[in-house]
Amino acid sequence: MAFFHDHILSILLVIPLVGMVPLFFISGENKQAVRWWGNIVLFLDFLASLPLVFWFSSESPNQQFKFIELHQWIPSIGAQYHLGIDGISFLMIMLTTVLGFIAVLSSWNAIHDRVKEYYAMFLLLQVGMLGVFMSLDVFLFYVFWEVMLVPMYFIIGVWGGPRKLYAAIKFFLYTLAGSVLMLLGILTLYLNYTLPNGGHTFDLIELMKHTDSWPLEMQIWVFAAFAIGFAIKVPMFPFHTWLPDAHVEAPTAGSVILAGVLLKMGTYGFLRFSLPLLPQASTNPKVVKVMVYLSLIAIIYGALVSLMQKDMKKLIAYSSVSHLGFCTLGIFALNPHGLQGSVIQQINHGISTGALFLIVGLIYERRHTREIKELGGLSNVMPVYAALFMIVMLSSIGLPLLNGFIGEFTILQGAYEASWHWAAVAVVGIVLGAAYMLWLYQRTMFGPCENPKNQILKDLNFREVMTLVPLVLWAFWIGLYPKPFFNVLDKPVTAIVEQLNPNFFKAPQTKKEAPGIPGGAQAGLRATSKAGGAGR
Amino acid sequence: MLDYIWLIPVFPVAGAAIQFLFGRRLSKSAVNVVSVGLPGVSFLWAVGCFFQFLGLPEAYHHVFLRPLYTWLPAGAFHLSNGMLGNLNVGVGMQLDPLSCVMMLVVTGVGFLIHVYSTGYMAHEGGYYRFFGYLNLFMFSMLVLVLADNYLMMFVGWEGVGLCSYLLIGFYFQRKAASDAGKKAFVVNRIGDAGFLLAVMLMTVTFGSLDFQRITDLARDPHFHVSDGVIFAICILLFVGATGKSAQIPLYVWLPDAMEGPTPVSALIHAATMVTAGVYMVARSNALYALSPRALAWVAAIGASTAIWAALIGLVQNDIKRVLAYSTVSQLGYMFLACGVGAFGAGVFHLMTHAFFKALLFLCSGSVIHALAGEQDMRNMGALKSKIPVTYMTMLIAALAISGIPPLAGFFSKDEILWDAFAGPYGHPLLWGVGWITAGLTAFYMFRLIFMTFWGKSRVPHDVEHHIHESPKSMLTPLVTLAVLSLIGGFIGWPKSLGGGEWFGKFLDPVFEGNPVVSVQEFGRNLEYALMILSVLTALVGIAIAFRMYVQRPGLGDRVAAASPALYHVFLNKCYIDEIYDALFVNRVKNLGSILAAIDLGVVDGGVNLVGWATRMSAEISRLWDTWVIDGLVNVMAFIVKLLSYPAKIVQTGVVQNYAWFITLGVLLFMVYFFSPIHRLLAIFAR
Repeated sequence: MAFFHDHILSILLVIPLVGMVPLFFISGENKQAVRWWGNIVLFLDFLASLPLVFWFSSESPNQQFKFIELHQWIPSIGAQYHLGIDGISFLMIMLTTVLGFIAVLSSWNAIHDRVKEYYAMFLLLQVGMLGVFMSLDVFLFYVFWEVMLVPMYFIIGVWGGPRKLYAAIKFFLYTLAGSVLMLLGILTLYLNYTLPNGGHTFDLIELMKHTDSWPLEMQIWVFAAFAIGFAIKVPMFPFHTWLPDAHVEAPTAGSVILAGVLLKMGTYGFLRFSLPLLPQASTNPKVVKVMVYLSLIAIIYGALVSLMQKDMKKLIAYSSVSHLGFCTLGIFALNPHGLQGSVIQQINHGISTGALFLIVGLIYERRHTREIKELGGLSNVMPVYAALFMIVMLSSIGLPLLNGFIGEFTILQGAYEASWHWAAVAVVGIVLGAAYMLWLYQRTMFGPCENPKNQILKDLNFREVMTLVPLVLWAFWIGLYPKPFFNVLDKPVTAIVEQLNPNFFKAPQTKKEAPGIPGGAQAGLRATSKAGGAGR
Repeated sequence: MLDYIWLIPVFPVAGAAIQFLFGRRLSKSAVNVVSVGLPGVSFLWAVGCFFQFLGLPEAYHHVFLRPLYTWLPAGAFHLSNGMLGNLNVGVGMQLDPLSCVMMLVVTGVGFLIHVYSTGYMAHEGGYYRFFGYLNLFMFSMLVLVLADNYLMMFVGWEGVGLCSYLLIGFYFQRKAASDAGKKAFVVNRIGDAGFLLAVMLMTVTFGSLDFQRITDLARDPHFHVSDGVIFAICILLFVGATGKSAQIPLYVWLPDAMEGPTPVSALIHAATMVTAGVYMVARSNALYALSPRALAWVAAIGASTAIWAALIGLVQNDIKRVLAYSTVSQLGYMFLACGVGAFGAGVFHLMTHAFFKALLFLCSGSVIHALAGEQDMRNMGALKSKIPVTYMTMLIAALAISGIPPLAGFFSKDEILWDAFAGPYGHPLLWGVGWITAGLTAFYMFRLIFMTFWGKSRVPHDVEHHIHESPKSMLTPLVTLAVLSLIGGFIGWPKSLGGGEWFGKFLDPVFEGNPVVSVQEFGRNLEYALMILSVLTALVGIAIAFRMYVQRPGLGDRVAAASPALYHVFLNKCYIDEIYDALFVNRVKNLGSILAAIDLGVVDGGVNLVGWATRMSAEISRLWDTWVIDGLVNVMAFIVKLLSYPAKIVQTGVVQNYAWFITLGVLLFMVYFFSPIHRLLAIFAR
């Protein structure tokens, strides 16, 4: 157990990697065996990640990063195998293991060609994604970042729709262009920091200690290089156009992972690298302005464009642009509310949009179309599907007691604290969000079911329901009781804010509210003293 | 019981969960037991809590708080005054006189409407679904009124909006119904955006979202906050209220909401949900008291909405639409009351209105039920003897809403009108608008009564012999609500008429510290005069309706024909929907289309252009490479080849030729070596 505990991150990485090996020995003809194996491996990976939930909060509370594993890798250039997680990456890892399994589970009936290669690609993808969220060494991070690119390229390019090659190449080249710039930024930092022994290092923790000595101008250049790389990945306006193409062409599981996890790597990059490594650039008013304005444009623009889409997947893809706009807005509010809200909204987006792509995939498997006008009145024939779609839609438009509200509200609150104008603009996105999602739902689910092709549709089977149920439960959990998520994020967010603005927490404190309020269910009858003016 | 006050919303939500998970497999009676029984338990629990609350010792200062758990521990932030705050939003319940009233109205009227629905919806498909939504609504509404902070109130606020959306669109196969549901949700969202901004502004201003904390700070003379901020908070909150409570300019969704089943209109769009805005403004009275400017807006919007909706209601022919506009108008009254600083009067009218308007809707449902779905009053008439219970109860409700003493509406409406005149922020103009509206109200209500129940029958023959009184499950709630409409007003019996104003006194602790009407300033006689005037105007309204629709049935049409343009403008709801569509909805859609085109053409076009440029440069490189770089190589080769041609001539491969060449060479060499040429050359070389 101690070994498992100490090496849990490596084990999470190794399970899918080793899981690829037996695939080579299973005959490609035996599709059921391949499917079972792929599902088992990723389910095991999910199971292996569960202990983290219990260990995380009790693990060395004073350390910023936990479950650290550190080995030399290429000593000549100072690259290390350095893994470790904080609250942000912990949540991302859980999102990845859950969505990874669900995505694979959802492909059971969807993929019939090259099944073996398909599952191998998903296992490899899992390694890349987990690695990105675990790396504390910038070089290692870059390696995982690129590793993840390859399987996704094949998933879109081999198992995709009619324009799959265009979409796959666009996805690959666009992301690669960004990551090359990012590499330049990484090398700049690498070369501008000399260890006492004269060597250089890619170690993130080491580099973070040194940020003061980097001049502002250099920081801004490096920030720009990072920002383009991450902005393409997020994607932020105007770097978003690969996303609709990739989503439309990718198979369902590919879309789920793409929206659910891959996009978060961009926002994660901002949180893990841009902000802590380049605090002066990140707080530079001009830089903040650019990033915030791009986020606000993305929120409104993504919502407006998705309002008029005719293809369900495209609509959801553009809604992602809008939702991710909220996430980046939260990041560049640069205060605890904005940052916490942003991370929670990233998880929320993974849950809601992942589920939305599953929803679209389920109908695509049945009807082989995603055209909104081809559908209509589906709730007559598929009531269970309609009910689940309804919940997922409500979570996506941020209905309170579901997950989306928690993230959006916290982000908006953070943005408001930074500048009320930002919140006032972003709030329009919430109105538009309701408009395009409700309209989508109305056009596909409500009305009479007139198309004979739709009248014969079968409702969801058990496996299909089970792909959605965990996400729905998670959505309710965050909506009803988000406290554990805020608790996990408190520390890393505080660390980032302190790095950015050391005086933030030194402001005079307001008078504490009456103790124990609201502090759990311990309070029963209680007198309030109005006369004193202290109230609760 | 008070300790478990949170069970009040939990009962109905449990009902909803049971319906959604197992409803399809339950029998109709099982659905009834669960979904009518649980709200019933909730009502009893609320009554129990109410009495226990009344019995609390004075030390509790009329507020009972029951925090449950920490919901949103968002953590540290900077207040607008630079202090470091800690946002920690909890889930908790607050019971004070105001929420007591709301809780009892919601559970009581709600329960009656659940009972009614078992009869009304008996033959509809999706029975369990209907009750699931209805129970979910009860939950949300109770969360809204029992919440102890603004964010939790917002939870209920959005929750009731969702249920309203689901229930308006209950007949989802009809496009009009799903359109109306969507419209309700989106228009409400616009208001909610205002509410959310207000919440954020309150967070940075007060550092907390708890009602008690904010109220205390607002009333604390040592706590300084600028007028502009308070004004902004109040107006943003009011934007939320205009959405939820259907005030100008966001009232447009409510008339369309009549697409929902009639019990829904009674519960959500008359008695409870639409009054949430009034409740919220009353709940924020401490803030509004700081900003007379904001109050003036509230009063102005309330008064304008009251008269505007009443005018549209005058000419509508759909029985439910008349009631819908009437609701908008009456909500305007409530805001008028709040706007002149008479929050208690607004809440009083909220309560009496819940009785008689729910009754009116339920009666109209009974009429529609009797006529097999007919809603157009032009196809009704002479129903009073055929469905007498419905007629009597509806008559009581109409008298109550018209403000005829001593029915419930008289007391509450009169209190509002008096406060509009004499209240701390009152104005004779506001009173005038309210007074005219009272006359209009009486007119359109009795127009409805006369067109539906009096005169000659205009019911088609095939429907006529099916007309039947509704079942007991529907009539019992009607009678109960009729009794409440008859006597419900007495709890607010004004002092001027020898009463005790018990209702107002009960609510006083909530509104303490706000300016109140001073009777001395105006005197009792004026109060009596206004009272008589408002009864008179109601009587005049009824008389005109009687003349137009009973004595001279054609008169209404002749009046309409006299000014056809005006009539049509109001008949078509002043084309507000069309104007909004043209100004906003279609503009947003156009903008979306344009941006989608730009996205494809310019933004993605740019990306593709880069791709194309890369490919072109590759192509140019290929051409350069083929023709220039490789061309040079080829040219070189060509030259070599060219030069090789002479050599090629001798390379014949025939041995004899080579022997011949060798011989020739040897001969030449010998000639050279032995001839004088050799020596001559040697001389030159020197």
